[in-house]
Amino acid sequence: MYTTELKDKNQKSAPVSLADEDPEKLAAFEARVAADDFIEPKDWMPEAYRKTLVRQISQHAHSEIVGMLPEGNWITRAPNLRRKTILLAKVQDEGGHGLYLYAAAETLGTSREEMIEALHSGKAKYSTIFNYPTLTWADIGAIGWLVDGAAIMNQVPLQRTSYGPYARAMVRICKEESFHQRQGYEIMSVLAAGTPEQKRMAQDALDRWWWPSLMMFGPPDDKSPNTAQSVRWRIKRETNDELRQRFVDVTVPQAEAIGLRVPDPALRWNEARGSYDFGAIDWEEFYAVVRGEGPVAKERTQARVKAWEDGAWVREAAAVHASKRAMRMAAE
Amino acid sequence: MTDARWPLWEVFVRAKSGLAHKHVGSVHAADGRMAIEAARDVYTRRMEGVSLWVVPSSAIVASDPKETTDLFEPAADKVYRHPTFYTIPEGVKNI
Repeated sequence: MYTTELKDKNQKSAPVSLADEDPEKLAAFEARVAADDFIEPKDWMPEAYRKTLVRQISQHAHSEIVGMLPEGNWITRAPNLRRKTILLAKVQDEGGHGLYLYAAAETLGTSREEMIEALHSGKAKYSTIFNYPTLTWADIGAIGWLVDGAAIMNQVPLQRTSYGPYARAMVRICKEESFHQRQGYEIMSVLAAGTPEQKRMAQDALDRWWWPSLMMFGPPDDKSPNTAQSVRWRIKRETNDELRQRFVDVTVPQAEAIGLRVPDPALRWNEARGSYDFGAIDWEEFYAVVRGEGPVAKERTQARVKAWEDGAWVREAAAVHASKRAMRMAAE
Repeated sequence: MTDARWPLWEVFVRAKSGLAHKHVGSVHAADGRMAIEAARDVYTRRMEGVSLWVVPSSAIVASDPKETTDLFEPAADKVYRHPTFYTIPEGVKNI
Protein backbone atom coordinates (compact mmCIF):
# COMPACT_ATOMS: atom_id res chain seq x y z
CA MET A 1 0.00 0.00 0.00
CA TYR A 2 1.15 3.47 -0.59
CA THR A 3 0.24 7.00 0.20
CA THR A 4 1.38 10.02 -1.64
CA GLU A 5 2.53 12.75 0.62
CA LEU A 6 -0.49 14.58 2.01
CA LYS A 7 -0.49 17.68 4.10
CA ASP A 8 -1.03 17.09 7.79
CA LYS A 9 -3.49 19.19 9.70
CA ASN A 10 -1.89 22.39 10.95
CA GLN A 11 0.98 22.03 8.55
CA LYS A 12 2.03 25.42 7.31
CA SER A 13 1.80 25.63 3.58
CA ALA A 14 5.38 26.82 3.16
CA PRO A 15 7.89 24.01 3.68
CA VAL A 16 10.86 24.66 5.93
CA SER A 17 12.85 27.43 4.33
CA LEU A 18 16.05 26.47 2.55
CA ALA A 19 17.33 30.01 3.12
CA ASP A 20 18.23 29.07 6.71
CA GLU A 21 20.52 26.25 5.59
CA ASP A 22 24.28 26.48 5.27
CA PRO A 23 24.65 27.20 1.50
CA GLU A 24 27.85 25.18 1.16
CA LYS A 25 26.39 22.08 2.81
CA LEU A 26 23.18 22.51 0.85
CA ALA A 27 25.04 22.67 -2.45
CA ALA A 28 27.05 19.55 -1.58
CA PHE A 29 23.85 17.76 -0.62
CA GLU A 30 22.06 18.78 -3.82
CA ALA A 31 25.02 17.60 -5.89
CA ARG A 32 25.10 14.21 -4.15
CA VAL A 33 21.41 13.67 -4.68
CA ALA A 34 21.58 14.82 -8.29
CA ALA A 35 24.34 12.25 -8.86
CA ASP A 36 21.95 9.53 -7.57
CA ASP A 37 23.99 8.99 -4.42
CA PHE A 38 22.09 7.73 -1.40
CA ILE A 39 21.72 9.78 1.77
CA GLU A 40 22.19 7.82 4.99
CA PRO A 41 20.88 8.62 8.49
CA LYS A 42 24.02 10.26 9.84
CA ASP A 43 24.68 12.36 6.74
CA TRP A 44 23.93 16.05 6.72
CA MET A 45 20.56 16.87 5.15
CA PRO A 46 18.41 19.99 4.91
CA GLU A 47 15.63 20.21 7.50
CA ALA A 48 13.01 20.36 4.73
CA TYR A 49 14.30 17.07 3.32
CA ARG A 50 14.14 15.44 6.74
CA LYS A 51 10.64 16.78 7.43
CA THR A 52 9.29 15.77 4.04
CA LEU A 53 10.67 12.28 4.45
CA VAL A 54 9.35 11.83 7.98
CA ARG A 55 5.91 12.89 6.79
CA GLN A 56 5.95 10.75 3.66
CA ILE A 57 7.45 7.61 5.24
CA SER A 58 5.23 7.76 8.32
CA GLN A 59 2.11 8.28 6.19
CA HIS A 60 3.22 5.35 4.11
CA ALA A 61 3.68 3.24 7.26
CA HIS A 62 0.29 4.28 8.63
CA SER A 63 -1.31 3.28 5.34
CA GLU A 64 0.14 -0.20 5.62
CA ILE A 65 -1.15 -0.57 9.16
CA VAL A 66 -4.61 0.89 8.52
CA GLY A 67 -4.74 -1.17 5.33
CA MET A 68 -4.78 -4.31 7.47
CA LEU A 69 -8.21 -3.36 8.83
CA PRO A 70 -10.54 -3.70 5.82
CA GLU A 71 -8.87 -6.96 4.78
CA GLY A 72 -8.59 -8.32 8.31
CA ASN A 73 -12.38 -8.04 8.54
CA TRP A 74 -12.69 -10.55 5.70
CA ILE A 75 -10.34 -13.26 6.96
CA THR A 76 -13.10 -15.16 8.75
CA ARG A 77 -15.42 -14.73 5.78
CA ALA A 78 -13.05 -15.79 2.99
CA PRO A 79 -14.91 -18.32 0.83
CA ASN A 80 -12.50 -21.23 1.32
CA LEU A 81 -9.35 -22.31 3.11
CA ARG A 82 -7.07 -21.42 0.19
CA ARG A 83 -8.36 -17.86 0.10
CA LYS A 84 -8.22 -17.63 3.87
CA THR A 85 -4.56 -18.61 4.14
CA ILE A 86 -3.65 -16.26 1.28
CA LEU A 87 -5.48 -13.33 2.85
CA LEU A 88 -3.96 -14.05 6.23
CA ALA A 89 -0.48 -14.02 4.70
CA LYS A 90 -1.23 -10.78 2.88
CA VAL A 91 -2.46 -9.03 6.00
CA GLN A 92 0.64 -10.21 7.87
CA ASP A 93 2.80 -8.80 5.07
CA GLU A 94 1.09 -5.41 5.40
CA GLY A 95 1.95 -5.41 9.10
CA GLY A 96 5.55 -6.17 8.20
CA HIS A 97 5.61 -3.39 5.62
CA GLY A 98 4.36 -0.94 8.22
CA LEU A 99 7.19 -2.00 10.54
CA TYR A 100 9.94 -1.66 7.90
CA LEU A 101 8.69 1.84 7.19
CA TYR A 102 8.31 2.93 10.81
CA ALA A 103 11.89 1.78 11.36
CA ALA A 104 13.05 3.80 8.33
CA ALA A 105 11.27 6.92 9.64
CA GLU A 106 12.82 6.42 13.09
CA THR A 107 16.30 6.79 11.59
CA LEU A 108 15.33 10.42 10.89
CA GLY A 109 14.88 11.22 14.55
CA THR A 110 11.19 10.63 15.14
CA SER A 111 9.97 7.88 17.48
CA ARG A 112 7.52 5.04 17.05
CA GLU A 113 5.41 6.47 19.87
CA GLU A 114 5.20 9.91 18.26
CA MET A 115 4.10 8.42 14.97
CA ILE A 116 1.47 6.16 16.54
CA GLU A 117 0.21 9.05 18.64
CA ALA A 118 -0.10 11.20 15.49
CA LEU A 119 -2.08 8.47 13.74
CA HIS A 120 -4.43 7.89 16.66
CA SER A 121 -5.10 11.57 17.28
CA GLY A 122 -5.94 12.09 13.62
CA LYS A 123 -3.01 14.47 13.14
CA ALA A 124 -1.24 12.17 10.69
CA LYS A 125 -2.75 11.07 7.41
CA TYR A 126 -2.88 7.72 5.71
CA SER A 127 -3.98 6.73 2.25
CA THR A 128 -7.53 7.90 1.52
CA ILE A 129 -8.30 4.55 -0.06
CA PHE A 130 -8.84 2.87 3.30
CA ASN A 131 -11.69 5.16 4.20
CA TYR A 132 -13.97 3.34 1.77
CA PRO A 133 -15.93 0.32 3.02
CA THR A 134 -15.39 -3.27 1.81
CA LEU A 135 -18.93 -4.45 1.15
CA THR A 136 -18.49 -7.83 -0.54
CA TRP A 137 -15.84 -10.48 -1.08
CA ALA A 138 -15.22 -9.01 -4.54
CA ASP A 139 -13.92 -5.88 -2.80
CA ILE A 140 -11.03 -7.95 -1.47
CA GLY A 141 -10.28 -8.90 -5.07
CA ALA A 142 -10.55 -5.29 -6.21
CA ILE A 143 -8.27 -4.08 -3.41
CA GLY A 144 -5.55 -6.56 -4.27
CA TRP A 145 -5.81 -5.93 -7.98
CA LEU A 146 -6.26 -2.15 -8.04
CA VAL A 147 -5.05 -0.80 -4.71
CA ASP A 148 -1.99 -3.01 -4.49
CA GLY A 149 -1.50 -2.54 -8.23
CA ALA A 150 -1.44 1.23 -7.76
CA ALA A 151 0.85 0.73 -4.78
CA ILE A 152 3.33 -1.22 -6.91
CA MET A 153 3.32 1.51 -9.56
CA ASN A 154 4.13 4.03 -6.87
CA GLN A 155 6.64 1.94 -5.00
CA VAL A 156 8.81 0.54 -7.76
CA PRO A 157 10.45 3.92 -8.47
CA LEU A 158 10.81 4.49 -4.72
CA GLN A 159 13.31 1.64 -4.56
CA ARG A 160 15.75 4.23 -5.90
CA THR A 161 14.57 7.04 -3.68
CA SER A 162 17.49 9.09 -2.33
CA TYR A 163 17.12 8.18 1.35
CA GLY A 164 18.90 4.86 1.89
CA PRO A 165 16.73 3.34 4.66
CA TYR A 166 13.53 4.22 2.76
CA ALA A 167 14.89 2.77 -0.48
CA ARG A 168 15.92 -0.46 1.28
CA ALA A 169 12.51 -0.81 2.91
CA MET A 170 10.92 -0.35 -0.52
CA VAL A 171 13.06 -3.09 -2.04
CA ARG A 172 11.75 -5.56 0.54
CA ILE A 173 8.18 -4.32 0.15
CA CYS A 174 8.17 -4.51 -3.63
CA LYS A 175 9.48 -8.06 -3.50
CA GLU A 176 6.52 -9.04 -1.34
CA GLU A 177 3.87 -6.89 -2.95
CA SER A 178 3.47 -8.53 -6.34
CA PHE A 179 1.71 -11.58 -4.91
CA HIS A 180 -0.82 -9.23 -3.31
CA GLN A 181 -1.76 -7.82 -6.68
CA ARG A 182 -1.93 -11.21 -8.35
CA GLN A 183 -4.11 -12.84 -5.73
CA GLY A 184 -6.54 -9.92 -6.04
CA TYR A 185 -6.69 -10.17 -9.81
CA GLU A 186 -7.22 -13.90 -9.49
CA ILE A 187 -10.18 -13.37 -7.14
CA MET A 188 -11.66 -10.96 -9.68
CA SER A 189 -11.12 -13.22 -12.65
CA VAL A 190 -12.67 -16.22 -10.87
CA LEU A 191 -15.73 -14.14 -9.96
CA ALA A 192 -15.93 -12.64 -13.44
CA ALA A 193 -15.99 -16.14 -14.93
CA GLY A 194 -18.54 -17.38 -12.38
CA THR A 195 -22.33 -17.15 -12.15
CA PRO A 196 -24.06 -13.98 -13.41
CA GLU A 197 -24.44 -12.89 -9.80
CA GLN A 198 -20.71 -13.38 -9.12
CA LYS A 199 -19.84 -11.44 -12.23
CA ARG A 200 -22.14 -8.61 -11.15
CA MET A 201 -20.39 -8.60 -7.80
CA ALA A 202 -16.98 -8.27 -9.48
CA GLN A 203 -18.22 -5.48 -11.75
CA ASP A 204 -19.78 -3.65 -8.82
CA ALA A 205 -16.49 -3.79 -6.91
CA LEU A 206 -14.58 -2.47 -9.91
CA ASP A 207 -17.16 0.31 -10.29
CA ARG A 208 -16.65 1.42 -6.70
CA TRP A 209 -12.84 1.03 -6.48
CA TRP A 210 -11.74 2.36 -9.85
CA TRP A 211 -11.85 6.09 -9.14
CA PRO A 212 -10.55 5.91 -5.57
CA SER A 213 -7.62 3.87 -6.95
CA LEU A 214 -6.79 6.59 -9.48
CA MET A 215 -6.91 9.12 -6.64
CA MET A 216 -4.26 7.11 -4.76
CA PHE A 217 -1.63 8.71 -6.96
CA GLY A 218 -2.40 12.03 -5.34
CA PRO A 219 -3.43 15.42 -6.69
CA PRO A 220 -2.60 16.36 -10.29
CA ASP A 221 0.92 17.70 -10.78
CA ASP A 222 -0.18 21.34 -11.12
CA LYS A 223 -1.94 21.09 -7.73
CA SER A 224 0.89 19.30 -5.98
CA PRO A 225 3.15 22.07 -4.71
CA ASN A 226 5.80 19.85 -3.13
CA THR A 227 6.30 17.67 -6.18
CA ALA A 228 9.02 19.73 -7.87
CA GLN A 229 11.27 19.81 -4.79
CA SER A 230 10.63 16.15 -4.01
CA VAL A 231 11.53 15.16 -7.55
CA ARG A 232 14.68 17.28 -7.45
CA TRP A 233 15.72 15.62 -4.21
CA ARG A 234 14.91 12.21 -5.66
CA ILE A 235 12.41 11.58 -2.86
CA LYS A 236 9.90 11.08 -5.63
CA ARG A 237 11.19 9.71 -8.88
CA GLU A 238 8.10 10.30 -10.98
CA THR A 239 5.17 12.67 -10.76
CA ASN A 240 1.63 11.75 -9.70
CA ASP A 241 0.21 12.16 -13.20
CA GLU A 242 2.93 10.06 -14.87
CA LEU A 243 2.32 7.19 -12.49
CA ARG A 244 -1.46 7.47 -12.77
CA GLN A 245 -1.26 7.25 -16.56
CA ARG A 246 0.94 4.18 -16.38
CA PHE A 247 -1.52 2.52 -14.01
CA VAL A 248 -4.45 3.18 -16.37
CA ASP A 249 -2.51 1.87 -19.35
CA VAL A 250 -1.68 -1.41 -17.60
CA THR A 251 -4.98 -1.96 -15.82
CA VAL A 252 -7.54 -1.32 -18.58
CA PRO A 253 -6.40 -4.32 -20.67
CA GLN A 254 -6.42 -6.45 -17.49
CA ALA A 255 -10.09 -5.57 -16.95
CA GLU A 256 -10.90 -6.32 -20.58
CA ALA A 257 -9.13 -9.67 -20.39
CA ILE A 258 -11.55 -10.89 -17.72
CA GLY A 259 -14.63 -9.30 -19.26
CA LEU A 260 -15.09 -6.40 -16.86
CA ARG A 261 -15.82 -2.81 -17.85
CA VAL A 262 -13.89 0.16 -16.45
CA PRO A 263 -16.51 2.67 -15.24
CA ASP A 264 -15.34 5.62 -17.29
CA PRO A 265 -17.34 6.67 -20.38
CA ALA A 266 -14.49 8.97 -21.46
CA LEU A 267 -11.94 6.16 -21.53
CA ARG A 268 -10.46 5.57 -24.99
CA TRP A 269 -7.17 4.56 -26.56
CA ASN A 270 -5.18 7.47 -27.89
CA GLU A 271 -3.13 6.16 -30.78
CA ALA A 272 -0.97 9.29 -31.01
CA ARG A 273 0.04 9.20 -27.34
CA GLY A 274 0.18 5.43 -27.12
CA SER A 275 -1.87 5.72 -23.92
CA TYR A 276 -5.45 5.76 -22.74
CA ASP A 277 -7.26 9.07 -22.35
CA PHE A 278 -9.46 8.96 -19.29
CA GLY A 279 -12.19 11.06 -17.68
CA ALA A 280 -11.84 13.82 -15.12
CA ILE A 281 -11.29 12.79 -11.50
CA ASP A 282 -13.63 14.15 -8.83
CA TRP A 283 -11.03 15.91 -6.70
CA GLU A 284 -13.68 17.34 -4.40
CA GLU A 285 -14.34 13.80 -3.24
CA PHE A 286 -10.61 13.22 -2.78
CA TYR A 287 -10.14 16.30 -0.61
CA ALA A 288 -13.26 15.44 1.41
CA VAL A 289 -11.79 12.01 2.13
CA VAL A 290 -8.41 13.57 2.99
CA ARG A 291 -10.20 15.82 5.45
CA GLY A 292 -11.47 12.68 7.15
CA GLU A 293 -14.94 12.61 5.64
CA GLY A 294 -14.47 9.16 4.07
CA PRO A 295 -17.32 6.73 4.69
CA VAL A 296 -15.49 4.69 7.33
CA ALA A 297 -12.73 7.08 8.51
CA LYS A 298 -13.96 7.10 12.11
CA GLU A 299 -14.24 3.33 12.32
CA ARG A 300 -10.69 2.92 11.06
CA THR A 301 -9.20 5.22 13.68
CA GLN A 302 -11.36 3.75 16.42
CA ALA A 303 -10.26 0.23 15.47
CA ARG A 304 -6.60 1.29 15.63
CA VAL A 305 -6.98 3.01 18.98
CA LYS A 306 -8.86 0.04 20.40
CA ALA A 307 -6.17 -2.38 19.22
CA TRP A 308 -3.50 -0.18 20.81
CA GLU A 309 -5.35 0.16 24.11
CA ASP A 310 -6.29 -3.53 24.27
CA GLY A 311 -2.63 -4.38 23.78
CA ALA A 312 -1.42 -2.12 26.59
CA TRP A 313 -1.26 -4.90 29.17
CA VAL A 314 0.91 -6.99 26.85
CA ARG A 315 3.40 -4.18 26.37
CA GLU A 316 3.41 -3.49 30.07
CA ALA A 317 3.88 -7.15 31.03
CA ALA A 318 6.72 -7.59 28.55
CA ALA A 319 8.51 -4.52 29.89
CA VAL A 320 8.16 -5.68 33.51
CA HIS A 321 9.30 -9.19 32.58
CA ALA A 322 12.35 -7.81 30.79
CA SER A 323 13.37 -5.59 33.69
CA LYS A 324 12.89 -8.42 36.24
CA ARG A 325 15.01 -10.74 34.16
CA ALA A 326 17.68 -8.09 33.80
CA MET A 327 17.75 -7.60 37.59
CA ARG A 328 17.94 -11.33 38.20
CA MET A 329 20.80 -11.69 35.76
CA ALA A 330 22.63 -8.78 37.39
CA ALA A 331 22.20 -10.44 40.80
CA GLU A 332 23.65 -13.76 39.66
CA MET B 1 -0.60 3.57 31.69
CA THR B 2 3.09 2.79 31.88
CA ASP B 3 3.79 2.63 28.18
CA ALA B 4 7.43 1.73 28.52
CA ARG B 5 9.36 2.42 25.34
CA TRP B 6 10.88 -0.78 24.16
CA PRO B 7 14.47 -0.41 23.03
CA LEU B 8 15.51 -0.75 19.40
CA TRP B 9 17.40 -3.82 18.18
CA GLU B 10 19.32 -4.25 14.95
CA VAL B 11 18.54 -7.47 13.13
CA PHE B 12 21.07 -9.61 11.22
CA VAL B 13 20.06 -12.63 9.16
CA ARG B 14 22.21 -15.51 7.93
CA ALA B 15 20.63 -16.48 4.61
CA LYS B 16 22.11 -19.99 4.68
CA SER B 17 24.89 -21.73 6.47
CA GLY B 18 28.27 -20.74 5.13
CA LEU B 19 27.29 -17.09 4.69
CA ALA B 20 27.80 -14.23 7.13
CA HIS B 21 24.93 -12.59 9.00
CA LYS B 22 23.79 -9.50 7.15
CA HIS B 23 22.00 -6.46 8.53
CA VAL B 24 18.38 -6.38 7.39
CA GLY B 25 16.64 -3.82 9.60
CA SER B 26 15.47 -3.23 13.13
CA VAL B 27 12.69 -4.04 15.59
CA HIS B 28 11.50 -2.75 18.94
CA ALA B 29 11.32 -5.33 21.72
CA ALA B 30 11.43 -5.50 25.50
CA ASP B 31 14.27 -8.02 25.57
CA GLY B 32 16.50 -10.12 23.33
CA ARG B 33 14.22 -13.13 23.19
CA MET B 34 11.29 -11.00 22.14
CA ALA B 35 13.48 -9.22 19.59
CA ILE B 36 14.36 -12.61 18.05
CA GLU B 37 10.69 -13.53 17.82
CA ALA B 38 9.72 -10.18 16.32
CA ALA B 39 12.63 -10.35 13.87
CA ARG B 40 11.53 -13.82 12.81
CA ASP B 41 8.02 -12.54 12.05
CA VAL B 42 9.13 -9.34 10.38
CA TYR B 43 12.22 -10.38 8.42
CA THR B 44 11.98 -14.10 7.67
CA ARG B 45 8.46 -14.70 6.39
CA ARG B 46 9.78 -16.11 3.12
CA MET B 47 12.64 -18.38 4.11
CA GLU B 48 15.13 -15.52 4.08
CA GLY B 49 17.29 -17.08 6.73
CA VAL B 50 18.42 -19.91 8.96
CA SER B 51 19.86 -17.86 11.81
CA LEU B 52 19.21 -14.49 13.46
CA TRP B 53 21.29 -12.08 15.51
CA VAL B 54 19.74 -9.18 17.35
CA VAL B 55 21.95 -6.49 18.85
CA PRO B 56 20.80 -3.51 20.94
CA SER B 57 21.08 -0.53 18.60
CA SER B 58 22.65 1.45 21.43
CA ALA B 59 25.59 -0.99 21.43
CA ILE B 60 26.62 -0.09 17.90
CA VAL B 61 29.41 2.42 17.50
CA ALA B 62 29.39 3.92 14.02
CA SER B 63 31.94 6.02 12.18
CA ASP B 64 30.99 9.61 11.57
CA PRO B 65 30.30 10.64 7.95
CA LYS B 66 32.44 13.74 8.65
CA GLU B 67 35.44 11.46 9.15
CA THR B 68 34.90 9.63 5.88
CA THR B 69 37.79 11.37 4.16
CA ASP B 70 40.20 10.86 7.06
CA LEU B 71 39.27 7.25 7.51
CA PHE B 72 38.90 5.95 4.01
CA GLU B 73 40.64 8.21 1.54
CA PRO B 74 44.28 7.24 2.28
CA ALA B 75 43.57 3.91 0.62
CA ALA B 76 43.09 5.57 -2.76
CA ASP B 77 46.82 6.34 -3.24
CA LYS B 78 47.98 2.87 -2.26
CA VAL B 79 47.31 1.14 -5.53
CA TYR B 80 50.37 -1.08 -4.96
CA ARG B 81 48.13 -3.06 -2.60
CA HIS B 82 46.33 -4.46 -5.60
CA PRO B 83 47.80 -7.20 -7.80
CA THR B 84 46.95 -5.33 -10.98
CA PHE B 85 49.60 -2.72 -9.99
CA TYR B 86 52.36 -5.16 -10.98
CA THR B 87 53.45 -6.19 -14.44
CA ILE B 88 54.55 -9.72 -15.17
CA PRO B 89 56.09 -11.04 -18.39
CA GLU B 90 53.70 -12.08 -21.15
CA GLY B 91 52.80 -15.76 -21.04
CA VAL B 92 53.80 -16.30 -17.41
CA LYS B 93 51.09 -18.14 -15.55
CA ASN B 94 49.33 -16.51 -12.64
CA ILE B 95 49.33 -18.28 -9.32
